[in-house]
Amino acid sequence: MKKSAVVDRNVCVACGACTKVCPRGAVSVYRGCYAVVEETKCVGCGLCGKTCPAGCVEVKERGDVK
Amino acid sequence: MRKKHWYDYLWIWTILYFALGFFNILFAWLGMIDFLVPLLIALFGGGKAFCNTYCGRGQLLNQLGSCLKCSRNAKTPGFLISKWFRYAFLIFFLTMFGSMVFQTYLVAAGAKTLSESIKLLWMFRVPWGWAYSAGTVTDWIAQFSFGFYSIMLTSTIIGLVVMGLFKPRTWCTFCPMGTMTQMICKIRTKGISR
Repeated sequence: MKKSAVVDRNVCVACGACTKVCPRGAVSVYRGCYAVVEETKCVGCGLCGKTCPAGCVEVKERGDVK
Repeated sequence: MRKKHWYDYLWIWTILYFALGFFNILFAWLGMIDFLVPLLIALFGGGKAFCNTYCGRGQLLNQLGSCLKCSRNAKTPGFLISKWFRYAFLIFFLTMFGSMVFQTYLVAAGAKTLSESIKLLWMFRVPWGWAYSAGTVTDWIAQFSFGFYSIMLTSTIIGLVVMGLFKPRTWCTFCPMGTMTQMICKIRTKGISR
């Protein structure tokens, strides 16, 4: 798996729309502050990014993530 | 796909709320649930469980926007997501809420008479007299019902418009309840990590 979803925590409104569409259950909202992606579960499908109303989820190459 | 739970059907509650208020405005008081529960959950450490799981309005916007494809699914414009817009909308919303409470106070104090109408988008007065028989309850209780129903309906209309124009849940990016609960959660989390 080369790609993974990355959340811009500064923009995220923690609405949870992404958590509902993730087919792998890889996204959760951390303490009501922002969404976090569990990299080991994420397959980089990008559904969360398409759903995010704030446009703060991007699918990036894993190498660029860290 | 994940299994459906009872709380996945809370969008019905949103429709039911407006339907009840159409026939009897006193049901508007039930909207206090949607006002207080998110704040209480956030204050007592439940995070944004309300937005994430139980918000009927978010679910309704999702049902219409995603399931019924009523949304253009276009990118939300930057200014709607910006922090200043979120906070400005929150302040505006709270001011309008305060003004509504003040109107209720004026009616309670006898300085104003009960107005059997609702105000849409803070501008347009719509007669709503069929939903209330004068004298059923104390005037201020009825006045609050009309005012609160106006706020709920107005914000839902805005939510539906931005749902159609942009993403299904674009409303959530500047929803005053969402902004307030996220603020509470961020403050709590900072307190914990310190």
